[in-house]
Amino acid sequence: MKTIKQALLGATSALVLFTAAPNLAKADELTLCWAAWDPANALVELSKDFTAQSGTTMKFEFVPWPNFADRILNELNSGGKLCDLLIGDSQWLGGSAENGYYVKLNDFFDKEGIKMSDFADAAVNAYATWPKGTPNYWALPAMGDANAWFYRKDWFAKPEIQAEFKQKYGRDLAAPATWDELKQVAEFFNGRKMDGKKVYGAAIFTERASEGITMGASSALYPYGFKYENTPGKYDMEGAVNSPDAVAGLEAYKALYKCCTPPGYTDAYMGESLDAFKSGQVAMAMNWFAFFPGLYKDEKVGGDKIGFFVNPKEKVAASTLGGQGISVVANTDNMEGALAYIKWFAQPDVQKKWWSLGGYAVHKAVLTDPSFPESQPFAADFLVAMNQVQDFWQEPSYAILLQAMQKRLHDYVVADKGTAKEALDGLVNDWTEVFKDDGKL
Amino acid sequence: MTDTSSSLLGKAAKATPAPIASRIRGISDRSMAWLFITPAIALLLAINIFPLIWAIYLSFTNFRANRPNAPIEGVGLSNYSRVLNDPNIWQAMQTTAHFVFWTILLQTLIGFSLAYLIDRKFRGHAFWTTVILVPMMLSPAVVGNFWRFLYQPQIGLFNYIVSFITGIPPSSFEMLGSVPLSPWAIIIVDTWMWTPYVMLICLAGLRSIPDYIYEAAEVDRASLWRQFWSITLPMALPFIMLAVLFRGIENFKMFDMVTLLTGGGPGSTTEVASITLKREAFESWRTGRASAFAIILFVAVFGLANIYVKALNKVKQR
Repeated sequence: MKTIKQALLGATSALVLFTAAPNLAKADELTLCWAAWDPANALVELSKDFTAQSGTTMKFEFVPWPNFADRILNELNSGGKLCDLLIGDSQWLGGSAENGYYVKLNDFFDKEGIKMSDFADAAVNAYATWPKGTPNYWALPAMGDANAWFYRKDWFAKPEIQAEFKQKYGRDLAAPATWDELKQVAEFFNGRKMDGKKVYGAAIFTERASEGITMGASSALYPYGFKYENTPGKYDMEGAVNSPDAVAGLEAYKALYKCCTPPGYTDAYMGESLDAFKSGQVAMAMNWFAFFPGLYKDEKVGGDKIGFFVNPKEKVAASTLGGQGISVVANTDNMEGALAYIKWFAQPDVQKKWWSLGGYAVHKAVLTDPSFPESQPFAADFLVAMNQVQDFWQEPSYAILLQAMQKRLHDYVVADKGTAKEALDGLVNDWTEVFKDDGKL
Repeated sequence: MTDTSSSLLGKAAKATPAPIASRIRGISDRSMAWLFITPAIALLLAINIFPLIWAIYLSFTNFRANRPNAPIEGVGLSNYSRVLNDPNIWQAMQTTAHFVFWTILLQTLIGFSLAYLIDRKFRGHAFWTTVILVPMMLSPAVVGNFWRFLYQPQIGLFNYIVSFITGIPPSSFEMLGSVPLSPWAIIIVDTWMWTPYVMLICLAGLRSIPDYIYEAAEVDRASLWRQFWSITLPMALPFIMLAVLFRGIENFKMFDMVTLLTGGGPGSTTEVASITLKREAFESWRTGRASAFAIILFVAVFGLANIYVKALNKVKQR
């Protein structure tokens, strides 16, 4: 018996030493998880300053967008220790807060004097709080983003094109301000020969598997008047989700898809939109602001050849929200280090540098600087967009809600199944079932 | 002399290591067998049996893997009832049945025909056999991406070939984005990739037919057609049925090719059961309901496969 006890004691000690050793080794190292895209590269550059100041080595785990949610949510659900810090999608806040995946940051913010009032209100609401409208903070707004548009400014500027457009529509050819104008411009360019090549009207989002078509179509739905609920927080969706305005918005999106996208554009998201524009296939394209610095620098289509515009309005001005907040993963072994990074990142000077490197800072010190609108060709549009953003459900069941919308929209827009009204009616039924399961209805 | 020899034998006996079993005293041969088998059984239980039992248990609960802190409550047969009453699930099952039927039909017909031709041993048959086998050797990821390019309406070779033959403009149709064409786009790729597999099994069947049977048929002046119907086909049938069984089970689980080519779209046109299951389990995180669906699929495949194997055994006994 004594021998067994000694053996157990020995084994336990060995286990403790074995598991403690990597912790000690990791004490000076932080792993930050995010999606693999242009702003992530800017963050790597920015974080060198943190390493220089704190001595903490930064490791990065960047996951390609199509796999980002699967990979990271699996990591969180399984209690993995890959990420100390996570820049996660806004939709994940509800679930991550309720399941205890993120550290609540209120006490830390109070202690360190980090004020949420220093950040843009819409960004705080979208990227940091849960439940919505309450001062419960689970993230620091890290990367403001919205869906917007870019176009071939050089094509628009051609005198013969200008003249033809004016003759046809009775107005100057310019960046469209409404969805009706957007469709006209797209139709005008569609099938036209530009620079000796047949081109198409617009590249929009139609992707089925993750969130593509939802993000794209909501850029039409919101301006036409789509609402998730009649009364915020009541989940009364009938007459809001499937209102006549919402139907008109969805029909407008389908009309744009049918008339003016390049052939084979049935499952397209960010990458496909960028490819279509960079290869000179389309006159206009939608995408997230995050890609605009890279587009502007592009030698073939950037610089003087590219123009930017905020998502066109129709009945109201609205844009689809992107962007993320940075959270501390509750399972981290390096809580102090992770909080130190948040504290460093929240500083106005760091935020200014973040913007200059290509990250979309939403600190008021950056946004309210008088020089901000002229700091980049798309900065003024970014300010407009961030003041009119609307976001998808941030409920813990957001994934089921998103899957339902992806299916309904793709069935209607791409697969020609049923009408817009039937698609939205079906969506109300799907979402009602989810909220009933959650005990919210 | 005797003494010397006996001492040498004794030394040799001492130097020879005793069998392991006799050195581990008290262990019988049966126990030794269990000792060797136990790790394999433990592994089997851990990897196959326990997850199956666990999935059966979860299928009667409201468990969601993304809400580990929420209490797990029993919901009786509710998950099964909701799965069986979900029109999306039935649509996925219908889509799966469509794929399984057409892929098996085409692969069996083409695979057997190729095997029959290869079995004739024409000049260069070994080279052509290798060429035919190439698609099967490729990774599904490579095949999926490769065919995505081929199907691209603006630059893809497939549309140009169709255009060359039919005169339809290449960019006027989309194999992957069109509701009527997208299921066929996947069936074509799966057939291209897996017909060689069916061909190999059929070839084994054809090569197993003894030559003297054909010789006897020729003596009886049986025509080639008669030989085919009375000798070749019946004797190769168990092999053909085996190929159908393997491909049927594989295609019922079809996932990678559909994901790579269409992702289940356009809309839900090509959403097969395995994709619906993945979405339910790892995107919507309705683990209980996904478990119920998985159990239903398992029972369906297991049941159908059992019936089929019984039929196969009957054919073999003829």
